[in-house]
Amino acid sequence: MRKKSGYITGLCFLLLIGACKKDNYDPPGSKFTGALVYKGDSVRVSYGDVTFQLWQSGWGKLTPINVNVAQDGSFSALLFDGDYKLIIPQGQGPFLQELNPDTHSDTIPVHLSGNQRMDIEVLPYYMIRDPSFTAAGSKVTAVFKIEKTVTDNRAKDVEYAELYVSKTQFVDTRTSIATARVGGGDIADMDHVSLNVDVPARTPAQSYVFARVGLKIAGVEDMIFTPVTRISLE
Amino acid sequence: MKKLCLILLVVTAALGCNKMQDDWLDKKPTDVLLNDQVWSDPKLVFSVLADLYDRIPDYQQLEQFANFADFDEAFASSYGDYHRHQNQTYDYTSGNYWDYGYIRDINLFIQKCRLADKLDSTDRNRFLAEAQFLRANVYFELVKRMGGVPLILDTMHYNYSGDPTYLQHPRNKESEIYDFVISELDSTLNFLPKDAGTKSRATWGAALAMKSRAALYAGSIARYGATTPTVSLPGDVVGIPAGKAESYYRIALDAAQELINSHIYSLYLKNPDDLQKNFSQLFTDKSGNPEVIFAKDYLIRSRTTQFTVQNQPHSITEEGSWSGFLNPSLNLAQSFEKLDNTFAPFAVKDPATGDDIPYDDPQDIFSGRDARLGGTVILPGTQFRDQNLDIWAGYVLANGSIVTGSTFGQKKDLPGKPNVQVVGFDGPIDQLEHGTQTGFYIRKFLDPSTGAGQIGTGSEVWWVRYRYGEVLLNAAEAAFELGQKDQAAVYMNQVRARAGLNVPLKAADITFDRVVHERKVELAFEGHELYDMKRWRLAHKVWNGASSDLTTLPGKADAPSTRIFGLWPYKIYDPGHPDNGKWVFKKVMPSAVTNAHRFRLGNYYSRIPDDVMGNNPKLIQNPNQ
Repeated sequence: MRKKSGYITGLCFLLLIGACKKDNYDPPGSKFTGALVYKGDSVRVSYGDVTFQLWQSGWGKLTPINVNVAQDGSFSALLFDGDYKLIIPQGQGPFLQELNPDTHSDTIPVHLSGNQRMDIEVLPYYMIRDPSFTAAGSKVTAVFKIEKTVTDNRAKDVEYAELYVSKTQFVDTRTSIATARVGGGDIADMDHVSLNVDVPARTPAQSYVFARVGLKIAGVEDMIFTPVTRISLE
Repeated sequence: MKKLCLILLVVTAALGCNKMQDDWLDKKPTDVLLNDQVWSDPKLVFSVLADLYDRIPDYQQLEQFANFADFDEAFASSYGDYHRHQNQTYDYTSGNYWDYGYIRDINLFIQKCRLADKLDSTDRNRFLAEAQFLRANVYFELVKRMGGVPLILDTMHYNYSGDPTYLQHPRNKESEIYDFVISELDSTLNFLPKDAGTKSRATWGAALAMKSRAALYAGSIARYGATTPTVSLPGDVVGIPAGKAESYYRIALDAAQELINSHIYSLYLKNPDDLQKNFSQLFTDKSGNPEVIFAKDYLIRSRTTQFTVQNQPHSITEEGSWSGFLNPSLNLAQSFEKLDNTFAPFAVKDPATGDDIPYDDPQDIFSGRDARLGGTVILPGTQFRDQNLDIWAGYVLANGSIVTGSTFGQKKDLPGKPNVQVVGFDGPIDQLEHGTQTGFYIRKFLDPSTGAGQIGTGSEVWWVRYRYGEVLLNAAEAAFELGQKDQAAVYMNQVRARAGLNVPLKAADITFDRVVHERKVELAFEGHELYDMKRWRLAHKVWNGASSDLTTLPGKADAPSTRIFGLWPYKIYDPGHPDNGKWVFKKVMPSAVTNAHRFRLGNYYSRIPDDVMGNNPKLIQNPNQ
């Protein structure tokens, strides 16, 4: 009996050792980072709303790796080395996508070995330029320019521009505590748009807020934004 | 031992020598029924069919009542369900459905039923028609969640060749699925019984009611889909061309009129003296109910629901702490219009002075409204199960400060009056589960019979899937969309008169907002809200993600309603003052509501699961996700 249990223990030990080699491998270690850009400028969006997909074939069933784009247009994903196909699905983001010169389609080939940074060039319908935020009393004022970047037959109208003020660094309609809107038709001068809003009292008390301006394009769900700016209020 | 072996050997040899009957090994199984056994006995066939009925998918239902709190109809008063009010977005997969196993079983049933020559032909035709009704229903449920799906009408078999491509089918057009639903239902009409007494099996009336609803959905997607052009896929797999709207509305109106003009159903009006009670009885009265067309039925001691157990008012619960899960919202309650056909939020404050308006009775603030308000919602100061309820949030003192408690019916000291109850045994108390947190309890579908609130007994109130009131509203909407406003007014006024709204609407009063509003208040908690908001393409406007205040325009179809609000009654404690003991109300937002609902364009058609996409490369994913 004792002999038998000895054999079993030994066998288990062997199995354990063997198993280590069989199915232990390193976790994904290559960092794929970058940003959505338009001629070198980041294309800023709302958090969690814009995603793109990475596909890798050769591993049985195909399911995409979804990568989220952050508020400032950046993204990062921890991946295994290999060849991926990057696709921005239809209807994502406040932009159009230029055809990739290599694949002549919307597919962008990504070859990953080691950490890699790659910016994705997109064509937004509009860009918000030169934003400046000022505070006076409890009033926050934003001044900015709107640049129409798509002017051919794919062009779309501005539905509205909104100024959002939030208690945290996440700033859009979901978190806004004070919002001011100007409709697209009411913008007289695209080179000088101004929005202001009274910020209500914050509980618990907070002497600063975060603000940014978002632009809604008619018929496009995702909005394009300015950088988030921290503003001190008295 | 050796001897036994020898005996066994001899016996075996002896048996082996005997020539046995040929079917010695050909035994009939005792644990499964074979095809020809099932298909020769109508009772067995019916039991197969019963399983198919049981698998009808519902999103919100008496057994999945928590889903009623996903939008703006109700608050979920349960710690584990606060997340329904705290998520910033709806997941793209939420509400998806992809059950081709069920479709295959229906197809298999139809295939075998056609060959079942041992069945009586009347029986067989009825079974076939019922299965086709179920198949139309499942495709309707699929298309309203997912858009166009592969239309599979036969049972597919794998040939083990290693190549499954011939089993992979692309998605059909959205309109093709609706066309199939309509034509499939047409083909059943001659074989289903024209019997208003049959509620839980498919009938002629149920087929027409479904046909009118399906055609109405298709018509409105065609018409209002134009307002959201990005919610579409190439080849109309999602989206229906606007030109088809007219013909779908025509089909919807014809089907509804055929049912209405047959006069075999009518609006429930057994209690014309108390229209509130009448409206709530419409859902709980199962004997000779003239309005219910098709329902999922339950039976005591066989199969019941826990809806009443979990949603009964806390002070009169029959089951310990189980109570008060669903709290209808003020958003819904204020939508019920006044008897002069106008809309107004409840009069909480005097607009001239800004002071709270004192009421002698808590019910006074709700008086002069649509009877469906009290029929759908349990209001403060009313009864359930013939017992008075105790819904009040505390005392307001002379200086405006509030004395309230943190447990049901808690006692505290008032100035000059020690140890008195300062909050109702039914709540409302913020962040306390199983009691109301909005000031309301749900009345629709709540079973007033004794024992229905006990876990072991449960409620046998049925889940009403189709009823005559909805058919009238289908007719009204289709007529409105076809420009026949006078017809629309005739149908809508019948439903409204039953709710005590006796000033009839004129043709000129019928607007899109009216159509939307009437369905909202008549069909609340019946599983319509999500699909109605989707087909009108209103969902992304009403649940737009902005933390907006409660609308002051409850009759406006696209007014945002992203967060749940409540209305809490307080008693005035100010001895010597004429208002002492009177009631005031405060609009509140439960503190568990931390985020606004945001319905994204990608939520209009739920995401097809990735494994389904992986199995069938011919599928394309829904848009905007």
